[in-house]
Amino acid sequence: MQGEPQVIGRPLGKLLTRASDKLVRGEAQVINLGDRFFYTVTRVLALCVVCLVLLLVLDLFRGAWEAIRQFGLKFLVGTTWDPVARQFGTLPTIVGTLVKAFIALILAVPISIGSAIFISFYTPKWLRPVLSYPIELLAGIPSIIFGLWGLFVMVPVIRVIQIWLKAHFGWFFLFNGPAVYGVGVLAGSVILAIMITPIIAAISRDILLTVPRTQIEGMLALGATKWEAIWKVALPYARTGLLGAVILGLGRAVGETMAVTMVGGNSFDLIHSLFDPVHSMASQIASEFAEATYSLYVSSLIYVGLVLFGITIIISLLAQLLLWRLSKGRIAILE
Amino acid sequence: MTGNTAYGAASSRKHSLYRKGIEWLAWIGMLLCTGVTVSILFMILGYVLYQGASYINWEFLTALPLPAGETGGGIANALVGSAIVVGGATLMALPIGLGAAIFVNEFPSAQLGRFVRFLAEVLTGVPSIVVGLFAYALVVRTLGSFSGLSGSVAYAFIMIPIILITAHEAFRLVPMALREASLALGVPKWRTILWVVLPVSSRALLTGVVLAIARALGEAAPMLFTAFGNPFWNLDPRKPMATVPLLIYTYATGPYDDWHRKAWAASFVLLVVVLVTSLLTRAFLRGKSNE
Repeated sequence: MQGEPQVIGRPLGKLLTRASDKLVRGEAQVINLGDRFFYTVTRVLALCVVCLVLLLVLDLFRGAWEAIRQFGLKFLVGTTWDPVARQFGTLPTIVGTLVKAFIALILAVPISIGSAIFISFYTPKWLRPVLSYPIELLAGIPSIIFGLWGLFVMVPVIRVIQIWLKAHFGWFFLFNGPAVYGVGVLAGSVILAIMITPIIAAISRDILLTVPRTQIEGMLALGATKWEAIWKVALPYARTGLLGAVILGLGRAVGETMAVTMVGGNSFDLIHSLFDPVHSMASQIASEFAEATYSLYVSSLIYVGLVLFGITIIISLLAQLLLWRLSKGRIAILE
Repeated sequence: MTGNTAYGAASSRKHSLYRKGIEWLAWIGMLLCTGVTVSILFMILGYVLYQGASYINWEFLTALPLPAGETGGGIANALVGSAIVVGGATLMALPIGLGAAIFVNEFPSAQLGRFVRFLAEVLTGVPSIVVGLFAYALVVRTLGSFSGLSGSVAYAFIMIPIILITAHEAFRLVPMALREASLALGVPKWRTILWVVLPVSSRALLTGVVLAIARALGEAAPMLFTAFGNPFWNLDPRKPMATVPLLIYTYATGPYDDWHRKAWAASFVLLVVVLVTSLLTRAFLRGKSNE
C-alpha cells in the first residue's frame, strides 16, 4: 500500500520529480507515512546510543571536574593518595594497571595464539568445536568467579612460588618484595592472563580460519612442513588481525575490575618488584568509592575513572581499526 | 640424484631431520598451549561446582541472609534482586539496541548508522566499572540514593552494544530476496521489517538478548555504587538492592568462613545459570543452521 503523493493543491509534475529524485537517491522509503514514522523512531533509538555515549563522557567530566580543577594534569604524575590530607595523585595505580596488563599479555599471548594455531591447523574439523567450545565458555565466566577462585585457590599457590623465588633469587630486584602476602602484581597478572587467554584465543582462531587454505596447500606442495607453512604464510597473512586480537585482550586486561580487586593487593604505593601489592585503576575505584566521604575524594575517583576510560577507548579504537573486517569472532567473545 | 655429492646428501638429510624436529616441537608446543587453556577452564569449573554443590540446599536458595557471623540463611533476596535489576535493564536496553540495529541495517544510506555500529563496537570495550561511575553520576546523584534502578541503567548500558551488534549481524543474514519479494508485493518497508525481517531472524535475536542478559547477570563492578547491595528483602527499585555477583564479592572478601562457603555456593548458582544459558543458545543456533 504505497502511499500516493498528495496532489490536491500542488502541481503533480513537481511532486513526481521530487519523488523520483528520492527514488534515485535511495530514500524512497520515506514517502510512505508509516515508513517515515518507522524511520524516525529507529533513527531516534539509534541517536539514543550516540547520546548515551556523549552523556557518559559528559557525566565523567562533570563528576571529575572538581578534581581536574584542583590537581590538573599533575594528578596523573602525583604519587601520593592521601584522603586525610586531601592530596590525590594516581601515578602508582596507572603504573600498576599497565604493568599488570602487560605481564598478563606476555603470559597470555603465546598460550592463546598457540591454542588458536593448534585448533585451526592441527585439529581435524570434527574435533574443532570440542576444543574451541571450552575456550568460549571460559570467556563467558563472570569476572567475580575468577576473583573468588583466584583468591582462595590461586593466591596460596602463588604465595608458595613467591616465597621460593625470593629465597633463591631474592638478589634479583623483581623478586625482592614482600613475598608472603601472595596477593600482588604477580597474582593480579596471572589472573588477568587467565581471563584474557580465551578472548585472544577465540578471536585469533577465527582470524586464522580465514587464511586461504590454498596458500597453505601451496606451501605444503613446495615441500614445506606444516609448521613452516604456518610460520611463513599463515601468520604473516593474519598478522593484522592477530594484533587486533591482542590489543582487544589488552583492553580487557586494563579495564578488568573484580578479579584484580580481589587478588591485586590494593596498595597505593609505587611498585618496585613483582610481589608488591598494588591497586589498578579499576580496583581503586571499586574499593574506595563507597567509602569516599567528601566531594573532592569522590571527584578524584571519578577522575581516575575518566583516565581509565580514556586509556581503554584508545585501545578499543585501535583494536577496532585492526579488526574491522572481522565480525564473527567478536560475537563469540560477547558470550 | 646424480648431482648430489655424498656430503650434500648427508647435510640435506640432517637438515630434513632438523625440520622434522621443529615440526614436532611446534606440534607439542601448540598442544600444550591448548591443554593449558582447556584445563584452566576445567580447574575453575570443577572447583566452583565442587565447593558450591557441597553447600547448596533449599534453604540457601529461599531464605534471607542472617546477621554476620551466624551460620545458615540464604540468598533469596539477591536472586530476586538480580532478576529485578537485570529485568529492568532488559526493558531499557531491548528497544534501544533492537531499534538502533534496525536503523543500522535497514537504512544503510544513513551515515549515522555506520557511526552507531562503530560506537557499539567501541562501547563493548568500556570497562564495567566506568559504566558504574556513569550510572552513579547520572542516576544516583540525581535521585539522591543508591537504588536498583541505577543498577538497571548500568546493566542496560552494558547490554545495549551486545544486543545491537548481535541483532545487526542477525539482520545481515536475512536474504535480500525476502525483503525484495515483500516490497514487490507492495508491502511498505516498515511492515516488511516487522513482519518479514524480524520473524526470520528471531532465533538469532533471541540468542543475542539472552547473551546480553547472561553477561549482565555476572557483572559485579557496576553494582558497587549503584544497586549497592541490601541485606534485607526489597522489591522497590528506588531503594538499594542485593544482586548475586555483588553478594559474592561481599562474602568472599569478608572475614567469616561461613561467608566464604556462601560465596562459593552463590558462584555455583551464577555459574550454572551462565553455563546453561550458553549451552542452550548454542543448541538453539545449531538447530537453526540445520534447518
